[in-house]
Amino acid sequence: MVQVLINGLYLGAQYALIALGLTLIFALMNVLNFAHGQMYVIGGFITYVVYAQLGLPFIVAVVAAGASLAIIGALVELLLFRTVIKRSHREESTMLLAAAVAFLFDAVILLVFGEKQRGVPKIISGVFVSDALIIPYDRVVIAALAAASIAGFMAFVQFTKPGRAMRALAQDRIAAQLMGVNVDRYSMIGFALGAMLAGLAGALLVAITGVNAGIGGPISIKAFMMVMIGGAGVVGGAIAGGFILGMLESVGLTVLHAYGDITYLVIFAALMVFLAVRPNGLMGKPWG
Amino acid sequence: MIDRRSVFLSATFAPVAALTFALAGSPAWSADKELKIGFVGVTSGPAAAWGTSNVRSMQTRAAWLNETGGVKIGGDTYKVTIVTFDDQKDPKRAIAGMEKMVQEGIHYVVGPNVDDGAAAVRPVAEKNGVIYFPYAFPKELYTKPASNAVLGMIANYQSGPAIYKYLKDNKGVKKVAFVAANESDPLSQRDSGVAAAKALGLDVIADTDTYQTGTRDFTPVLTPIVQLKPDLVVLSGVAPADAPLLIRATRELGYKGLLSTETAQDAKVLQEGAADLADGFISVGGASTPEIRSTTMEEFIARYTKMFGEYNDESNTKCYALEYIVDTLQANPKAIDNVEEFKKTMDSFTAPNPYLKDPNAKLSYVGATSFGQKRQVAVPMVVNIFKGGKFETLFVGQVD
Repeated sequence: MVQVLINGLYLGAQYALIALGLTLIFALMNVLNFAHGQMYVIGGFITYVVYAQLGLPFIVAVVAAGASLAIIGALVELLLFRTVIKRSHREESTMLLAAAVAFLFDAVILLVFGEKQRGVPKIISGVFVSDALIIPYDRVVIAALAAASIAGFMAFVQFTKPGRAMRALAQDRIAAQLMGVNVDRYSMIGFALGAMLAGLAGALLVAITGVNAGIGGPISIKAFMMVMIGGAGVVGGAIAGGFILGMLESVGLTVLHAYGDITYLVIFAALMVFLAVRPNGLMGKPWG
Repeated sequence: MIDRRSVFLSATFAPVAALTFALAGSPAWSADKELKIGFVGVTSGPAAAWGTSNVRSMQTRAAWLNETGGVKIGGDTYKVTIVTFDDQKDPKRAIAGMEKMVQEGIHYVVGPNVDDGAAAVRPVAEKNGVIYFPYAFPKELYTKPASNAVLGMIANYQSGPAIYKYLKDNKGVKKVAFVAANESDPLSQRDSGVAAAKALGLDVIADTDTYQTGTRDFTPVLTPIVQLKPDLVVLSGVAPADAPLLIRATRELGYKGLLSTETAQDAKVLQEGAADLADGFISVGGASTPEIRSTTMEEFIARYTKMFGEYNDESNTKCYALEYIVDTLQANPKAIDNVEEFKKTMDSFTAPNPYLKDPNAKLSYVGATSFGQKRQVAVPMVVNIFKGGKFETLFVGQVD
């Protein structure tokens, strides 16, 4: 059972990192970023190129992926979302735009990086083995880096001027504007940060799970599930949602293993019941 | 009367016409008719690798044939053109794709890549006189009254029993566990694999474990299976993208037994995703291994690599479909626009297999045992074992 719980915790850490950027963008701009999974994929492929093909250190690849996605995110906000948000008051406009960006990224990724699954050399070899637990060391390293990324992000939004400005934006956009917060600037920074988190998640997890051009959609769906469990737009909720989903999968696949293909059926049914009882998720209130 | 406009037109088009006539004399331009061959399958999304390797194999071979003057069918020479349609693994789009092929006057189509797509296009193909080569296993597509589908590869219910028997006899396998994606193709392959294993007297200790499409970390899925200590874990219908992740998770959980699948895999993908943890992994290929392939196959791989930057080992099987279509049309030129003639020829068709070094290797249609009629291409059933970053031949079987 220790193995099952550790599997769940590790899976939860992965999921939390993936969901964080999605919920940040939603909190700041009320945009459901359907291209979040594709941003994760781009981060994974940049790491593949820098680390596996160019032979540079893994940490350089992770930084390159994060920086590239931050730039891509800033450009997407500046050139696409800002224009649409200013011209249209209908929420579905940004949803359609996000879906279009997702399809565009899917096509570009397939053209640039090809159709094959890609993997990188292990960042650290060896497996910890005891009577109750087996865990590869690279997973421990990646989990630690993921936790450090989450902590760094939380510190940034808590203790820096841009972080405070973004929290103000998330709480009340108009009030923040009246208090002198530059909405355009911090929206762009927020979107760039959200995209960077997606890229960082892809960059870190490529060392464990590899990456391929087609996984953007499924990654986005799981990220939305976590955000819905935790409460849309709440950072703590995204982290909680990630760990809950990870634990549900790990325990469910073990406990329900004898009953056939029902683990995900049970998870989705439970999610529907949960949302019927608590439609705003666990912490469903404005972020901040 | 010669005016300035006439002079201008003559000056413009005369060189173009001269160039056209000059080029028409070279081999690449000697084909005076066009033979369109269609492809309907998945070239985007998580399963993009399956259809992409099909399309690229066809495009590589077509370019090669055209470069050497086209293909001679009856008294005519044809330039081969590949018309492609991405069905996105959606049966509704597969139907639209097959209808597009009909509108283009195409009678021979490669694909679709999955069971539901192949079943969906059947009415369109049968109504409009199209022969299609699916990479899908439902037997009803190939057994009477169906007659327009030709299985483009070895089915898992043909290779599975051979692999399990080999491992039972040579590796002492007794306990088998199956794991599959929660999708129609892998689940049906798992079920037929379970039936085959039971028929051989093997103890099936896990046959209900599944994973969602898009799963990236398989450790939770595999933990209960590894705890059962099977001798063999079968990854039923596993996609090339998932295979290295499943292998890696299984090995990292301490599993020491055998791993196999009945689907084709790519050596580089396995090497990058699982490295030495994939050593000993058993899969099925076509004319894949250096031990059996001909110089023509070597050149095919070189041309494919030159055209697309990187070869895909799945193409070791997928190189065959276009070869069968062209060679059958050459055997019976009346089939060029009449699929009933094509069907008649299938029963007796035979031609040298250009991709194998064995001079006695032949292309022919098989499937009489599995389907009651010859509705399958004869591809060598090469069971591979992955070692040190490449495939080695474990054994070679045949389907009749």
